[in-house]
Amino acid sequence: MLHYLGRRASYSVISILGLLTLVFFLTRLTGDPSALYLPLDSTPEARAAFAHLHGLDQPIYIQFWNYLADLLRLDFGESMRQHRSAMAVALEAFPQTLKLAFVAMLLSLSLAIVVGALAAARPRGLFDRIATVVSLAGASAPDFWVAIVAILVFAVGMGVLPTSGTGGWEFWVMPIFVLMLRPFGLLVQVVRGTMLSSLASPYIKTARAKGLPRRAVVFGHALRNSLLPVITVAGDLATGLVNGAVIVESVFGWPGIGKLMIDSIIQRDFAVVQSTILVTATAIFILNILIDLLYAVLDPRVRY
Amino acid sequence: MSAISSSVQAASAARPGRVRVLLNYLKRDRLALAAAIFLALLVLAALLGPWLMGDAATKLGLRHRNLAPFDLDAGWLYVLGADTLGRPILPRLVVGASNTLGIAAAAVCTSMLAGGLLGLVAGYTESWYSHVIQRGADIIMSFPSLLLAMIVLYTLGHSVTNLVIVLAITRMPVYLRTARAEVLELRERMFVSAARSMGASSARIVLRHIAPLVVPTLITISAIDFATVILAESALSFLGLGIQPPEFTWGAMVANGRGYLSTAWWIAFWPGLAIMLTTLSLNILSSWARTAADPQQRWRLQKLKKAAR
Amino acid sequence: MNIQADKQPILRIDGLTVDFLSDDEPVRAVDNVSFHVHPGETLVILGESGSGKSVSTSTVMGLVDCPPGDIVQGSILFEGQDLARLDDEARRRINGCKIGMIFQDPLAYLNPVYTVGRQIAEVFQCHGAADARQARARAIELLARVGIREPELRVDFYPHQFSGGQRQRVMIAMAIALEPDVLIADEPTTALDVSVQAQILDLLRDLQRERGMALIMITHDLEVAASMADRVIVMKSGKIVEAGDAREVFTNPRHDYTRTLTAALPHGDQADVSNRRSGVVAQEPVLRVEHLVKEYRLMSGAFAGKRVLRAVDDVSFEVCRGETVGIVGESGSGKSSVARMLLRLFDATSGAAYYNGVDIFRMDERQMRKFRRKVQMVFQDPFGSMNPRMTVHDIISEPWAIHGDILARPRWRGRVAELLELVGMKPEHAPRYPHQFSGGQRQRIAIARALASEPELVVCDEAVSALDVSIQAQVIDLLADLRTRLGLSYVFITHDLPIVRHFADRIVVMQQGKIVEQGPTSAIFKQPGHAYTRSLLAATPQPKWLRADQAQAAGAAPA
Repeated sequence: MLHYLGRRASYSVISILGLLTLVFFLTRLTGDPSALYLPLDSTPEARAAFAHLHGLDQPIYIQFWNYLADLLRLDFGESMRQHRSAMAVALEAFPQTLKLAFVAMLLSLSLAIVVGALAAARPRGLFDRIATVVSLAGASAPDFWVAIVAILVFAVGMGVLPTSGTGGWEFWVMPIFVLMLRPFGLLVQVVRGTMLSSLASPYIKTARAKGLPRRAVVFGHALRNSLLPVITVAGDLATGLVNGAVIVESVFGWPGIGKLMIDSIIQRDFAVVQSTILVTATAIFILNILIDLLYAVLDPRVRY
Repeated sequence: MSAISSSVQAASAARPGRVRVLLNYLKRDRLALAAAIFLALLVLAALLGPWLMGDAATKLGLRHRNLAPFDLDAGWLYVLGADTLGRPILPRLVVGASNTLGIAAAAVCTSMLAGGLLGLVAGYTESWYSHVIQRGADIIMSFPSLLLAMIVLYTLGHSVTNLVIVLAITRMPVYLRTARAEVLELRERMFVSAARSMGASSARIVLRHIAPLVVPTLITISAIDFATVILAESALSFLGLGIQPPEFTWGAMVANGRGYLSTAWWIAFWPGLAIMLTTLSLNILSSWARTAADPQQRWRLQKLKKAAR
Repeated sequence: MNIQADKQPILRIDGLTVDFLSDDEPVRAVDNVSFHVHPGETLVILGESGSGKSVSTSTVMGLVDCPPGDIVQGSILFEGQDLARLDDEARRRINGCKIGMIFQDPLAYLNPVYTVGRQIAEVFQCHGAADARQARARAIELLARVGIREPELRVDFYPHQFSGGQRQRVMIAMAIALEPDVLIADEPTTALDVSVQAQILDLLRDLQRERGMALIMITHDLEVAASMADRVIVMKSGKIVEAGDAREVFTNPRHDYTRTLTAALPHGDQADVSNRRSGVVAQEPVLRVEHLVKEYRLMSGAFAGKRVLRAVDDVSFEVCRGETVGIVGESGSGKSSVARMLLRLFDATSGAAYYNGVDIFRMDERQMRKFRRKVQMVFQDPFGSMNPRMTVHDIISEPWAIHGDILARPRWRGRVAELLELVGMKPEHAPRYPHQFSGGQRQRIAIARALASEPELVVCDEAVSALDVSIQAQVIDLLADLRTRLGLSYVFITHDLPIVRHFADRIVVMQQGKIVEQGPTSAIFKQPGHAYTRSLLAATPQPKWLRADQAQAAGAAPA
């Protein structure tokens, strides 16, 4: 077990480092940030001072070396916009996204399992057809468009929900709904698919031959086996959730890490970009480990 | 009870009218039929549209500024309304279709080819470069594609080529992983052992025996992937990072209409609806194709003839 | 035999007809089938694949989904009640409680994520026969009864932690938990080794005697059928072709099909007379295997060191020109590993195999190429061993495509046609795909492919094990014929003793990687030297009526 965890951890560390390297070089190539932070008519000396302050006048490989050295000291650099630790900025915004993502994932997973299982229990029946159309529609909908239409209908048109920002529960409704759509749609399809193949498995025949009631056969035997591939897929959806969060946070003005990332990229605030990526990648890595552990708990054939 | 595996499409070549059979399955599923027709019309529009309606899409007409839809006084081209510059939405949808579909097709083909080849290599050999390939794919997969695309496009510029490349790179790991998983399984099959026992070289085994069996799976994935790429490209265009004016795709059209939601909702609405209907059709057809391809589920699409009592 | 002939049959099927629906005409899987079974009696349904035997009994349990199935007509009378007319709930109450069923491959038929204890206890709980605690206690009792050691411990194990034979015992425990009146066993021993099969059959017989159950057993294996049946029905293509008392049917078969089944493999002494062994054998060895060893390194837990598994342990034997050597063993004996090493599909850990004087494992590129033409293999799975996307022509001509110098391309079509005729197929089969042929035909194609490079030695790795019994005989005949015509030598690997008795000149018996005995066939069978060989021979099922006769002759009461 420890052997496995150690191996996964080292793979992930390599992945994160590779990512950070990639991002480092790419962001440095976006151009000179001083143009954004200093007034247009600043003197060359002022620009030079700025560059020197942020270490931008060094050759790029020296900058990279300094960057790595700083990382080892857990110094993640300073935000050029806000003049404080970049990691602090990132860690402030992260919980906002986490709350949103967690609720959205929990809701989509639980609803999808129920809907998918019921749909698979009577394939091509009425419930199945409706569930299929709804889930496929959810999986196909462009989230930015749905967000806009939702704002149009509920905020502008009916005035029952706010257009943006955070606050009480009414601020959560539309962001969660939009964020949930694609995961829910995809998960229903996956649950339905795995349930159908579980229901066609030989051990279901045995269960029926034993005289088990239908409920026990579908939800006790088939569902339990279907959960395993579903959990793997749910893990992959985590990165999709971050994508969705970027859009949702932009459209709804939610102060999460997605919005922070876009703003920082546009503003060329390097340190914040790197910190946000580090935070997100680490979170995803931890999530994948948790999912592997959950898989091991649920499937007795897997014992490291 | 028999050891025959049913992983191969069992529609035998000797049975005439394989296309006929598929069309029959399609007819039995109304939804899939509607989706297929929609996509066919869309492709037609994408191919012929720019030629037929290209001028109309860019024609400025201050008279028709923010014209509401469903008003046929101005001609059928304006049936979906017009935007702030008076350009009719319908022709713009058609032109946007060809851009959107064209970019998505290029990205999907590139990623399928690259991902498939790399997956074949990574699956068949166990050497250091297969590990490198897998770690590379992991890195790409562990990062939210939207952000990666944003960073790359912001640094390297907004050309169509860059857009296609970045979309292809973010989707490539899916093909790579699937191809690799298939190869790992096929590698253990008896006909591969048989080929090796006859003295076949690794290249021959991979190209002649394994690749033809991996390709159908990749093609199946590409249908859903196409939908995903369209959504991704639209999101990027919406954020202003995709294709730049005067070229446009549906996503860019939605972005254009964002500021006018309360006054001219149709500018943002129709393009988004077009995106949704396209991806929905692709997903519906994929789902239908999966049922049709599975010998155990296929009967749901068949007209079951009963014997006379 | 304890048939209470004066009693009514407990289960009676009348005129059952089941179709499977699709786009084309419905396929009639079961055609007007009628049979019955009395309490305490064993009825065996004998038939090959596609005969409809499984479908008939699945309808009893309501396991045939309609659609795509369709029960056209027929009644299923259990204790006088027609099951087909009962509603789902009533049928559910009968399943598991009054009628039990066990299946062929317990690994797939047991839920992998629940412990066996829970799966057995479920039966009690869902029929309201016990609460959770009692159910667990009864599960432990049942495990003990079916012969699982340390049941208190193993009740919490998962299916994958048991061996194949133990899993089947667990299945049996589940099926008999509520003391059903009828037990249906669908090919229960097909996936098991011969010695394990004998134990399971003994268990079933004991349980039946104890509880007075009626037993319906489905099998394609004649010897299993003969050893279990009081009465037997023979099915082919959905119809019953013969039915009656077991002894009668087997010793005096009336229908042609039954005759082909019983004649396919001669039993006992007949085998020595009508065999297909080769006559003349040269003395020079074509293949000499010396001290072959294959070890696998096992990764164990953090505490134990690296463990080593010796799949093949110091194996030595010879094959002379024109000879057929049979390698016999159960699963885990290492026989398949030997086969694969003979083709150098992987390397040996140590030891050598001299082909015409040159060690296979030390050959260079050029020698390897020549070697690969001279030694070919016919694999077990007739579908899996051929690329489903290649036509028969491409499959057979592949050796010529790989070794460019055997045959010029323009002559390929003609040679493919010749080879197809040689193996009993037709030239017009060449442009077709493997899935369009039956198992036996595919194996012929595989043989044609093996012959394409004009080999001297053909290794048959369980080449007929996946085929129906009547087809096996045909393929063996073909192999024998080719041996005479082309002067081939064979290494024939199998777990099936009657086949190898019939076909091989010499036999090598393997157990757990080692050779325990080798020698001429008749000697091995008539006077086996090693204890393991004797137990293998003893495990071959004996006909039931012979045992009863022997028991009577010995003065015991009929079983």
